[in-house]
Amino acid sequence: MSVTTSGTLGRAPVADPAPASRRPAGRRRRAGSFAGENRRLKWLMLSPALGFVGLLIVFPLVFTLNLSLTDAFGAVNAGSQHVGLLNFGDALTDTRRFWPAVGRTVGFTVGAVVLETVLGLALAVLLRRPFRGMRVVRTVLMVPLLATPVAVGILWLLILDPTNGIANHLLGYLGVPPQEFLGSVRQSLPVLMLIDVWQWTPMMTLLFLAGLSTLPEEPEEAARVDGAGVWQRFWFVILPMLAPTLITALVLRAVDALKTFDILYATKGPGGGSDFEVETLNVYAYGLTFDYQEYGLAAAVLVLFTIFIVGVVALLRRGSGKESA
Amino acid sequence: MKSWTPWTDTELSRRSFGRLLAAAAGTAAVAGCAPRGAGAPSASTPLRVAAINHVWTHAMLERVEELEEQIGRRVSVQMLTADQLSNSYNVKLNASATDIDVMMVRPLQDQLLFARNGWMADLTGDVADADFAWDDFQDAPRDRSVTRGKVFSVPVVTERPALYYRKDLVADLGGPPATLEEMREQALEIAGANPGVFGFVARGQRNGAVSQWSSFLYSYGGDFTDDAGRSGIGTPEAVAAYEYYGGLLNEVGPPGVTNMSLEQAMPIFAQGKAAFYVDADAIYSNFLDPDISTVQDTVGFAPFPAGPAGSRPHNIPSWSLGVSAFSRLRDDAWAFVRWAAGPDMVKDLQADGIPGARSSAWDDPSTLAAFPEELAQTMSVNAANGIGHDRPEVIQVGRARDIVGQPLVAAIVGQDVAAAAAAADAEFADFLVRDNRHQEF
Repeated sequence: MSVTTSGTLGRAPVADPAPASRRPAGRRRRAGSFAGENRRLKWLMLSPALGFVGLLIVFPLVFTLNLSLTDAFGAVNAGSQHVGLLNFGDALTDTRRFWPAVGRTVGFTVGAVVLETVLGLALAVLLRRPFRGMRVVRTVLMVPLLATPVAVGILWLLILDPTNGIANHLLGYLGVPPQEFLGSVRQSLPVLMLIDVWQWTPMMTLLFLAGLSTLPEEPEEAARVDGAGVWQRFWFVILPMLAPTLITALVLRAVDALKTFDILYATKGPGGGSDFEVETLNVYAYGLTFDYQEYGLAAAVLVLFTIFIVGVVALLRRGSGKESA
Repeated sequence: MKSWTPWTDTELSRRSFGRLLAAAAGTAAVAGCAPRGAGAPSASTPLRVAAINHVWTHAMLERVEELEEQIGRRVSVQMLTADQLSNSYNVKLNASATDIDVMMVRPLQDQLLFARNGWMADLTGDVADADFAWDDFQDAPRDRSVTRGKVFSVPVVTERPALYYRKDLVADLGGPPATLEEMREQALEIAGANPGVFGFVARGQRNGAVSQWSSFLYSYGGDFTDDAGRSGIGTPEAVAAYEYYGGLLNEVGPPGVTNMSLEQAMPIFAQGKAAFYVDADAIYSNFLDPDISTVQDTVGFAPFPAGPAGSRPHNIPSWSLGVSAFSRLRDDAWAFVRWAAGPDMVKDLQADGIPGARSSAWDDPSTLAAFPEELAQTMSVNAANGIGHDRPEVIQVGRARDIVGQPLVAAIVGQDVAAAAAAADAEFADFLVRDNRHQEF
């Protein structure tokens, strides 16, 4: 086997059969130089990815953080002054918009994710065993998942229109008085939560089906032989084995639900409705940016929101760790 | 014989590594320091127009070849919804982008902010061109084009409220109402006698309803601010206007009205489910279109009913044209504005049913032939009585509308209007102080 110098970047030191002491002085390298050169090459190879991360992730984060410490208003490029943590103080003492938005964000996320998890798990268990028409059922279940949130919003706006929508028409046959649905200050958030459940439960079902397909059958069989009922097998055998999948699905869906924006905006418009009834943190930050042009305060709200999301993920991951242990 | 050597075995001297890094950094620095939009745009660079998806824009597209021949350049028009257009400006102009030349703006919503931000070119010298006849524009729309003594936009579409009503329902009641009080009485009577028909429909969203409510406010003798620039939404006149508009929607309006903007309210009248509807006169064609309207034979048009202070609707430039301060085709951009807002074009478009802002067009009866006769009279009356703003004249219009709209929502859902107006008045007063600070530019 012959070993030659490589390409254009330098020499290959590892396979050089000549002892270092017999090399010309100019080519002699210090002990450990290979490791140093190799490290530099690695950094060179990594630099496009690092540049990408720096440019598209780190820079926006640092820029937003810096913006949150300024009184930027109207135009980001119009000049602003650093105001320290004033924006954070304003946000955290705002009991009219900020804290209600936090409450709605948490309420929407918890309500939607819990329902999606329960329904998704139930559907996955039902669809676990092969049955006639299984493919058709699975395909139909996936339809809401394929629609874009704005299309879903418009679809439900039409269905739930208090005057011309089909929902009140159908309720009329059952003797139920017409409902305002998305036109109501009180009903809007629960209705939107149910629309979210309608759209995203199939994703949870998919994840749980994937998890269930990897579980061994023997423990359940053994439990069945020992006389365990359906509920006992599910609760004491299947669910503990499915816990890692469950936690992963919860983390993925919770983070996504926390960031929900499009369907809220498509159905309720700017500000989350006439009484801010569906104004979550995301909708609030959007309004501060695009409707009010208060970039400093908007950036502070977004920084707080990011901290909040990271906290939730850390909490869920901690739960996941305990579960695994 | 040469063989392949894995990358991991490759040497990279410290000097080579340094050179590569320096080269990359240098390239990035040169690219970053290059002047933005340096160099003259080529002849193939199109003139870019950011516009609202509106009947006016479609009419322009049909005629634009004429201008392309004049300026020797292709015109590229991007059509967006109003919110998308605003967001597009916020994103692009914050980055001093040069890919917008002509900007279609809502002068009452955007101009003060954009002028403060330095995003719009000063057109004062351009409009002075005698052939352009700047004085021909109606006073109210022309005044709204001027900020700090400089002309930043030219109005192309104007708008007033119209009272749309069902002729068949008011025939036995002596015809359309001339006053707001008459309208209330008729709306209550019709709603009572016709199950399934709402007496009155209008926008009810906190923010979106403010512009239509403004005509009620003026007709009750109020305004958003007083002569000294203080809040005017806590005055007895404003409270009465809140109570009238919200109260009527509460009593005889459709369910879910607090979630209704133009897109939700208009179909209710078009489907024949409401007796009265107050909204922009520019949307009249929706009610004459048999594909979406069941009232094309029964719809009537009337001037805005008089309140205690008379009939005082708004008459505003709903859309204007400006030139981006970052445009590299400044002369061609103005050529577009001059062409699109010139006396002949405005007459031409108005004759096609798009109301403009030039007095010469309004004085020419042939330009109103495209409108239903009753509507043409309504528009002329409202234009004569019109007030040039339909929202608070501040920099942060979005926040102002959110504050002003709160008592409206309270009235619609049946809450204590006076208390809501007092709270909103205090909040608006604070807001005006803050907004005033931003006006120092």
